[in-house]
Amino acid sequence: MDERDRTKQFEQRVLPHLDAAYNLARWLTGNEYDAQDVAQEACLRAFKSFGSLRGENTRAWLLTIVRNTFYNWLRKNRPPEIAGELGDEAMAVEDIAVNADILNLRLADAETVRHAIAELPVEFREMIVLREMEGFGYKEIAELSDVPIGTVMSRLARARKQLQRRLAGEFKPGEQQ
Amino acid sequence: MNCQQAKSLLDSYADGELEASAIVELEQHLQNCPGCASSWLNLQSLKKSLKQESLFFTAPEELQRRIKSALPSPAKTTPQRPIWNWNWLTATMSGATVCLAMLLMVTLNRPSSEQQLTQEIVSSHIRSLMATHVLDVVSTDKHTVKPWFNGRLDFSPPVNDLAAQEFPLIGGRLDYLGGRSVAALVYQRQKHVINVFIWPAKEADSNPAVLAPRQGYHLIHWSDAGMVFWAVSDLNEKELLEFVQDFTTGGR
Repeated sequence: MDERDRTKQFEQRVLPHLDAAYNLARWLTGNEYDAQDVAQEACLRAFKSFGSLRGENTRAWLLTIVRNTFYNWLRKNRPPEIAGELGDEAMAVEDIAVNADILNLRLADAETVRHAIAELPVEFREMIVLREMEGFGYKEIAELSDVPIGTVMSRLARARKQLQRRLAGEFKPGEQQ
Repeated sequence: MNCQQAKSLLDSYADGELEASAIVELEQHLQNCPGCASSWLNLQSLKKSLKQESLFFTAPEELQRRIKSALPSPAKTTPQRPIWNWNWLTATMSGATVCLAMLLMVTLNRPSSEQQLTQEIVSSHIRSLMATHVLDVVSTDKHTVKPWFNGRLDFSPPVNDLAAQEFPLIGGRLDYLGGRSVAALVYQRQKHVINVFIWPAKEADSNPAVLAPRQGYHLIHWSDAGMVFWAVSDLNEKELLEFVQDFTTGGR
């Protein structure tokens, strides 16, 4: 493919998903500056491997690259954060008491919800973004994030439980962080 | 099914990933167990709230500019070596002359911006027909398709349900035309796919205009309330025009 055709095709096929790429990077890094760096680096890496993109879902393909770029970036910049935070601790999600009225009240406030998501461990946060904001199915998320489907399911369930807990009730700060 | 089993299935059920056999049992349990039913309601409220538009971060325009400027330019040629290098110049003189001549021809034959745009639209339509790229959001429900664009575009395209007119909506996707992200709605008549490209523009309202077919595809262009519309399909002109009329009247 000619270089210039390649640029044009890339702009037509990949750049429409820049918002999705940035949104994922923004949720993963937690701030707009690092998010822009990660999204930009991911797009340039995507351009380099654009030739290998065939019929697959372009958005999933780009988000896979964003995610990999982010974890590389994280290893370089903030080594302690990912070390052993989740491990493989008990998969079971304990039942929690949720006050539905309080939950609904807090869910109505976007700022509160945003804050609660931001406080989740990064492996949970990405599941919420991929499932709820991007609408990917379990299988796609498993492929995209390179973990078994069972892990996707348990992380999603635990992420939601933690959110409900943080939003509705008796969550003690520092318990999970 | 007991409560513990039921609760472990709620997430997959809410995500539409539970197998049919388990759904029946779970639904029965939910009807008879107020505790699990309220967990189910809480989960649904949570999921709904996580999809709200304001949680979605939109890429700053600056980022798109930065990325584009880092890509090899689609419009310009790659930088040449300095021309005062006489040895090189002599050696490649003939090559350079040919390049220059070709560049001139390309420049002279450059299509007008409207022609370029229609070509882009047709190419985009053709690309969308190739296997998997046609839809980013698959739904026949305008109440699913329209909100899907929220947070993905800086405008909200009108989405009409035209199933009664036998132009069922099948979904939508993001596309990229004339240097900006645009909405593409996908409708169908029998086996014919119709793409409607929409983006905002400062253009006076205009009635549908039928353009000369390109590569066998019919194109109709109009603008309405600050948005530009292009419908493209291999459907015959008469039916495509009928579609556009139904679309512009909102299916009434």
